[in-house]
Amino acid sequence: MKKETVLMKGNEAIAHAAVRCGCDGYFGYPITPQSEVLETLAAIKPWETTGMVVLQCESEIAAINMLYGGGGTGKRVMTSSSSIGIALMQEGISYMAGAEIPAVIVNVQRGGPGLGTIQPSQADYFQATRGGGNGDYETPVLAPASVQEMADMVEESFQLAFKYRTPVMILSDGVIGQMMEKCVLPEQRPRRTNEEVIAECPWAATGWRRADRKERNVITSVDLDPARFEQFNLKLQAKYKEIRDNEVRYELITPEGAELQGDINKVEADLAIVAFGSAARISQKVIQLAKEDGLRVALLRPITVWPYPYEQVKLLAERVQGILCVEINAGQMVTDVQLAVQGRVPVEHYGRLGGIIPDPAEVYEALRKMWHK
Amino acid sequence: MHYCPGCSHGVVHKLIAEVIAEMGMEEQTIGVSPVGCAVFAYNYIDIDWEEAAHGRAPALATAIKRLWPERLVFSYQGDGDIGAIGTAETVHALNRGEHITMIFVNNTVYGMTGGQMAPTTLIGQKTVTCPYGREEDIQGYPLRIPELACTLDGTRYVTRQSVHSVAAIRKCKAAIKKAFMNSMEGGGSNLIEILGTCSSGWKTTPEKANQWMEENMFKFYQVGDLKDR
Repeated sequence: MKKETVLMKGNEAIAHAAVRCGCDGYFGYPITPQSEVLETLAAIKPWETTGMVVLQCESEIAAINMLYGGGGTGKRVMTSSSSIGIALMQEGISYMAGAEIPAVIVNVQRGGPGLGTIQPSQADYFQATRGGGNGDYETPVLAPASVQEMADMVEESFQLAFKYRTPVMILSDGVIGQMMEKCVLPEQRPRRTNEEVIAECPWAATGWRRADRKERNVITSVDLDPARFEQFNLKLQAKYKEIRDNEVRYELITPEGAELQGDINKVEADLAIVAFGSAARISQKVIQLAKEDGLRVALLRPITVWPYPYEQVKLLAERVQGILCVEINAGQMVTDVQLAVQGRVPVEHYGRLGGIIPDPAEVYEALRKMWHK
Repeated sequence: MHYCPGCSHGVVHKLIAEVIAEMGMEEQTIGVSPVGCAVFAYNYIDIDWEEAAHGRAPALATAIKRLWPERLVFSYQGDGDIGAIGTAETVHALNRGEHITMIFVNNTVYGMTGGQMAPTTLIGQKTVTCPYGREEDIQGYPLRIPELACTLDGTRYVTRQSVHSVAAIRKCKAAIKKAFMNSMEGGGSNLIEILGTCSSGWKTTPEKANQWMEENMFKFYQVGDLKDR
């Protein structure tokens, strides 16, 4: 399959991108608003073309443990679900962090708590960026704001997952999953052969061929010796520091609507919005509304919400007189913005709950009130 | 060795190791260990292993076998793992007809956590969480996993064995070999329940444990093949 420009939903883009980036196995359970991922894979039958395994599991718990099993053999494995299903997967994600297993997990968020609503939300931010399961661990989290990013972040997530031997999450929502946009799908990349997997993942449980290594491989997260297990935990923490130091990604948009590649010191603005995912898309419109009124508003969009661009938000706070954090939740990422800003300028939050997507006009109204305070 | 004197796990481990060696599959096998007494099974058989979350071994084994169809893949589980917390994964992996073998050691108690009631604890049997004996009206009935498994269309070979005597050990080894050979051929999933003793959990001696098993467990858990196709 060649590189191809298509019009499709974010969920469909995830499925096509998975096949095209040489994913070895997808394991999932239906839940709205992300069922199109499994449906698309079932329709395009990649097991007949690339040999990719696609399996509808009996539960999200089974799905995440299939990722643990498959990821533990060095194969590229992924799952997708929505909020409630991701909550069920937390035990498995913690095990994968502890056993250092690469895998990609997509959360197309819906509103909660509980069964909640099938409408979009960003209320799983805390769960995604604070580990989510038991124990001291972190998970790299990428937040797409377009159908294109849904597709691109599959390969990007696999790269991170194998580079650091960690589960990686794509934190999307019902807006990005369900909306249709133009999207460029990458060229088909072949799945790695078993020999390539064995060579690339000398840590994986692939069957202990004595010619390849001196020790057998045991994929596990258990260690009952406190001294040794503390050392292991410290090793994990060192890995998370390395990720924090090297993998922060963000996008900066000036009041004029141009993208500034990283140079925050060039920002000339009155206020700034910090928003991720679909809230950032809405905020782009807010910037235009403000510009028409002569109010200069910059937008910082964290692309990685863990590791978080604290340093960039801090620098931005020095260039503006206040920051509005726009989220489709009751105020979760705003705590990270406050941590970064450390009280230098006022920080406020604007969000809608229950599955309501904020309208650019109401966000602008909140921004305007902030400016006139 | 982290198993107690008189425990059946050591015998079962040895049988599995012997079968893998006889099949010449030492370099082609991936085992999945459970949560429970056999959590450290990987310490005793020189192959690659993955250690699963409690009850999820069949899910791991499913993915491993589907991604590496040329490997021999088996799970090793206890009664709480396979028959309580992991019932859903057990039933569905078996019913999908995964080309794997599930080795299920039933000693009627949770050994690792100190002898609590298991889904397979017999009526009247005393454990630390049913100290007056298991009662149908309170704790329900013991679960016969192989009898359940042989009703599932996905299963190929379902058997119950024991390791309380030399003759039983020989039969058990033959059953493991048959299941492992099946796993390499396909044609469905394989389940072997192996009745075992837990003298620590049962608060008795290894010798008396064997005797107790013969007198009490065999009546409810009848040894032999339940399905072979």
